[in-house]
Amino acid sequence: MIPEEINTVEQLTDKKENTVISIGNLHKSFGKNNDVLKGVELTVKKGENLVVLGKSGSGKSVLIKCLVRLVEADQGEIKVFDTDITTLDNNALNAVRLRIGFLFQNAALYDSMTVRQNLEFPLKRHSKELNPTEVEEAIIEALDSVGLADAIDKMPSELSGGMRKRIGLARTLILKPEIILYDEPTTGLDTITSREISELILAIQKKNKTTSIIITHDMACAKLTGDRLVILKEGLIVAEGTYEELEKSGDEWVRSFFN
Amino acid sequence: MVIYLKSIFNDAGNVTLFTARFFKEVLKPPFEIKEFIRQCYTIGYKSLPLVGITGFIMGLVLTLQSRPTLAEFGAESWLPGMVALSLIREIAPVITALICAGKISSGIGAELGSMKVTEQIDAMEVSAINPYKYLVVTRILATTLMVPLLVIFADGIGILGGYIGINIHSDVNLVRYFSQVLASLDFIDILPATIKTFFFGFFIGMIGCYKGFTAANGTESVGKAANSAVVAASLIIFIIDMLAVQITDLFM
Repeated sequence: MIPEEINTVEQLTDKKENTVISIGNLHKSFGKNNDVLKGVELTVKKGENLVVLGKSGSGKSVLIKCLVRLVEADQGEIKVFDTDITTLDNNALNAVRLRIGFLFQNAALYDSMTVRQNLEFPLKRHSKELNPTEVEEAIIEALDSVGLADAIDKMPSELSGGMRKRIGLARTLILKPEIILYDEPTTGLDTITSREISELILAIQKKNKTTSIIITHDMACAKLTGDRLVILKEGLIVAEGTYEELEKSGDEWVRSFFN
Repeated sequence: MVIYLKSIFNDAGNVTLFTARFFKEVLKPPFEIKEFIRQCYTIGYKSLPLVGITGFIMGLVLTLQSRPTLAEFGAESWLPGMVALSLIREIAPVITALICAGKISSGIGAELGSMKVTEQIDAMEVSAINPYKYLVVTRILATTLMVPLLVIFADGIGILGGYIGINIHSDVNLVRYFSQVLASLDFIDILPATIKTFFFGFFIGMIGCYKGFTAANGTESVGKAANSAVVAASLIIFIIDMLAVQITDLFM
């Protein structure tokens, strides 16, 4: 009995140490009768790629925006690196945010800056000890990792949709985040570019050992990148498992995502 | 009616909080000096041609329109002084501020509005960069500093326009013209007029930033932000002008 108990405690400790994101009873509504999240419970382990599926308007983007407090949760606990971010002051929150990267749906590149300036912008503010050569090297390295080193002096308006996503990813990577949140990374891209972006997400996870939450409608992306998938319906997580498990789910609604 | 009033009070409250945040953030480091200089260049230097042309036309037209009336009373010699006083006290500050409301306030509203809609402001926030400090504080400081300089520039060009206007019908020497202009001006004419332009500049920047920063999602809101910024800034300019005149009047 005793060794088994110890084993259970160890497992619990191990599980706790491995969990980088833990969401409990998360509620969010926008005005009366518009409850978007109704008690979401979710954990993400270190190094895991979690894919969040769900119909448009089911609250997927709101969920990841709550993780960086771009949207304030109404109720519930959001623990990132074992810190409840809902109670943090601005400085402490920014310290957590620096460890999280966020790739926006339309990349959100700063229109008035070149690609170089887009990457320099966060780096120079948060890594003041770097000299100009080291800044340049970090920019080249980030651009190399997304295969777009030759676009360094281009303006965002000169880039295609896929290139914008890659540059957005490079800007996210330059601060070396431990968690990356992807908001529909392949939306609006052709099949080939979508696959390239999905492969890039996977390569980044393998290279940098990052933890990721990927919100997508693209099942090819979900299959390629997801270690685990969860499905959000009417503000709650209704299904969880690997791609193969959910594909064979007994619930017809869950299966409909895979057809 | 109640809903309309509620939205007005809501807006007033939000603008007040937005303004209060400016005073809280402006003295806190880090200071975005580079962005502030860039904004001064964009807001000040790039507005020079527009303000210059308008100032020249104001001076010229004012002279041509006033001359016949003064000539009727045989007071044509008062023309330089009258033009300079009108320009410096009232016309140049208000017209320049209105032009800046149209050009700068709407530009800021549209720029920040589109940044908001395309999630660029959110991107700054998740990178642990304070977007209010980088985007709003720098722009408000730049307008507060640049609008008075633009008004002084418009004053100068307007007075020069007045000189050309006088010389269309008569022959006045440049030195004599300027000596008459300077003789007609007092310190009390220049100081209140200059002080109010700082307020004009502050509110032009503040309203543009507020409208852009609080734009709703969707491209339609970018147009609305730009449009409502011009309307609100123009109205505020007249209100400040009225208050400034009343206050100045107390000391004269």
